[in-house]
Amino acid sequence: MHIQSQRSALAGLALAGLAAAGALAPTAAAAEEPKRGGVLKFYHRDSPASASIHEESTYSTNAPFMAIFNNLVMYKQDEPQNTLDSIVPDLATNWAWSDDKTRLTFKLREGVKWHDGKPFTAKDVKCTWDMLQGKAKDSFRKNPREAWYGNVKEVAVKGDFEVAFQLSRPQPALLALLASGYTPVYPCHVSTRDMRVKPVGTGPFKFVEFKANESIKLVRNPDYWKKGRPYLDGVEFTIIPNRSTRVLGFIAGRFDITFPIDITVPVLKDVQAQVPNAICKLVPMNVSTNLIVNREVAPFDNADIRRAMALAIDRKAFVDILSEGKNDVGGAMLPPPEGVWGMPPEYLRTVAGYSPDVGKSRAEARAIMEKLGYGPDKRLKVKVSTRNIDIYRDPAVILIDQLKTIYIDGELEVIETSNWHAKVSRKDYSVGLNLTGSAVDDPDQNFYENYACSSERNFTQYCNKELETLFDKQSMETDQKKRKEMVWEIDKKLQEDVARPIIFHGRQATCWHPYVKGYTAMVNSSYNGYRFEDVWLDK
Amino acid sequence: MGAYLVRRSFLMILTLFGISVIIFVLLRLVPGNIVDILFDAAGMVNPREKLKIERELGLDRPLPVQYLTWISGLAQGDFGYSYVSEKPALEEIGPRIPVTAKLAVLALVVSVLLGVPLGVVSAVRQNTPTDYVLRVLSLSGLSIPAFWLGLLILMACVAWFGAIPIYTEPPASLWDELLLLSVPAAAVGFRSSALIMRLTRSSMLEVLRQDYIRTARAKGAAPRSVNYEHAFANAILPVVTVIGIEAAFLIGGLIVTETVFNIPGVARYLVESIRWRDYPIVQNLVMLIAVVVVVVNFAVDLLYVVLDPRIKYSG
Repeated sequence: MHIQSQRSALAGLALAGLAAAGALAPTAAAAEEPKRGGVLKFYHRDSPASASIHEESTYSTNAPFMAIFNNLVMYKQDEPQNTLDSIVPDLATNWAWSDDKTRLTFKLREGVKWHDGKPFTAKDVKCTWDMLQGKAKDSFRKNPREAWYGNVKEVAVKGDFEVAFQLSRPQPALLALLASGYTPVYPCHVSTRDMRVKPVGTGPFKFVEFKANESIKLVRNPDYWKKGRPYLDGVEFTIIPNRSTRVLGFIAGRFDITFPIDITVPVLKDVQAQVPNAICKLVPMNVSTNLIVNREVAPFDNADIRRAMALAIDRKAFVDILSEGKNDVGGAMLPPPEGVWGMPPEYLRTVAGYSPDVGKSRAEARAIMEKLGYGPDKRLKVKVSTRNIDIYRDPAVILIDQLKTIYIDGELEVIETSNWHAKVSRKDYSVGLNLTGSAVDDPDQNFYENYACSSERNFTQYCNKELETLFDKQSMETDQKKRKEMVWEIDKKLQEDVARPIIFHGRQATCWHPYVKGYTAMVNSSYNGYRFEDVWLDK
Repeated sequence: MGAYLVRRSFLMILTLFGISVIIFVLLRLVPGNIVDILFDAAGMVNPREKLKIERELGLDRPLPVQYLTWISGLAQGDFGYSYVSEKPALEEIGPRIPVTAKLAVLALVVSVLLGVPLGVVSAVRQNTPTDYVLRVLSLSGLSIPAFWLGLLILMACVAWFGAIPIYTEPPASLWDELLLLSVPAAAVGFRSSALIMRLTRSSMLEVLRQDYIRTARAKGAAPRSVNYEHAFANAILPVVTVIGIEAAFLIGGLIVTETVFNIPGVARYLVESIRWRDYPIVQNLVMLIAVVVVVVNFAVDLLYVVLDPRIKYSG
């Protein structure tokens, strides 16, 4: 058995590189003595569907409720970049892999109590994963991450404080999934319904109330197992759906911090002009804007036409228009330096469709279209469907403009936001513009969730069994350098197969007043950095 | 009068029944239901889980059965459960009603206090600089959208006072609450006051040209008495009608204003509930608003009798 303890030299190098790039600049807070007390006031962008993290797929739920819970392991909260090497113990005190890497054993922390006073034991861990795998009697109303644990055969309990995950095949990156903010341990004795409305956890803050469309309030857990934490007396989220109102609220000092990555590039300028001393971090959201093409609907069932569409994309134009050059161009995985697994620029340039010579790519695309019988006098008319939110609509308009260059006349079809996923899941579209968020910067999450043949989130129904074998191979690879090369190869293939052409990866900012200390904006995930146990107010 | 009241009451019930059918059908005609939206938040759709939730919520039952279940529950005071919060609908709607009611009353007070006197002044001083200024003011009130005016107010407050009058936590006292609500009430009331001002002005001008006003002036009655006792009393009737209608339309203006000023009232909640297809909340809230509108209209009709003794209602 190999006990995880040291960080790899590779990760150290990567982090050093990032620090040099300024993304991981250490905060002054590290040198200061934290003060106790105060309530951290956020605004929230919308009212989450429920308080149950396991049942939702939006960081609108993670951000306010993650601090109620603990995971088995978690990403170090003061390190902006989530990597396999930034995973630290949480409810597990340590973990160990079997030699064949198919059994992951956790020793659990003793003396931990749920917020209702009941003791935490290994049974709670088993219970949680039984529910996640659909094996428990009390099931989740929705279970969006069931697929994450497809490789987990069984969760076995040994005594009250040891638990082992038995896997079908080696999967070192299972730890990355377990460390996500999406993976809290739930109590066995609380029903899933109650977890949706008044969650009980073991975390640094206890749930006080969730008034839909109004506010979410958490209060310090005085019995938190991590002595001396948290510093804050509480955390409050005021729900303000109107963007102008909430940003003005932050500017006026009504809130200590904005909702995470809520500030767009144009709004950031305003905020910095009006609150010059605010600390703002513009970070990748690990959300890609991508083109989805329904490969079952004619004429898009023809691979050539899909390829022509991918060749027509001028990614730099999207980035320049929408974010003043701040967004990033990449493949399925978030590009470096913030992204751990993304193709580096020199590699990316070798991928078809990513050439800086857009004119040449479009000429090639036009030739394909002409071969298929289209031309200036016979243009292909198509509806480009997208969600009725500006971050979807704006790029869709640019996409329509760019498709015109290859004889495709797109008409914008705006879908009411609440019906968007239902529509694309039904495959009731021809061409669409979609956004895909990744909770964990790891290929195991991204590839299986978005590109596996049987995945519910594979909206384009791209299915390549050979590539799926490669998904498994990279997942089993323990050498991270080798794994990275395999991931690049897969990512290149996904882009060249026009599985779901990635247009860009977005960046948005979080801003806070200088008296907020100990808050770290994560740079490669929007889902994992909301434990708030190290945050304090220098007031 | 008694027969008239009975007839109007019967008509009120018939109207409310019609509204209940319309809102029920319209909600079902809107694409998607709560389950689609719950899965939208999950970023995927699992048909098996979707069917299970639809069954739990009774959405798989025939529409007439769903309607009868709702309406019979409503008749017995059972408002059902919110699909989203899983709390009793009344528990969700109840605390929000007083907030909106206070805001609506304040906005109505602002609109009447501004609209009626300024309309009278504008008419009495027709074609003078005062009239021109007031007419421009009323036109701007009609043409500036409430949300834009609201945002301008917020921006001005932040720029000039470094503070923002939005609702982030329950006010400590009634006075604080009224103070907080006065800004959004002014934003909403300004638009309504513009309409009332224009109507009061034209109604006054019409009355001021009547023979009996000329006679009163010829008799040597004081201008104040002519304008405010003789003319105003007769000009106010159509204004009251509009105030009644405005009271109903105010809900529409409040939706935007409650959103901009982040007020946790029923108007904003209604929009959110429609977005979530939270049928029990939307249906019951619309019925509640319908009851208010129907009752206000009824009250306005009765007020005519008080304001104009010549009006008599018969069965």
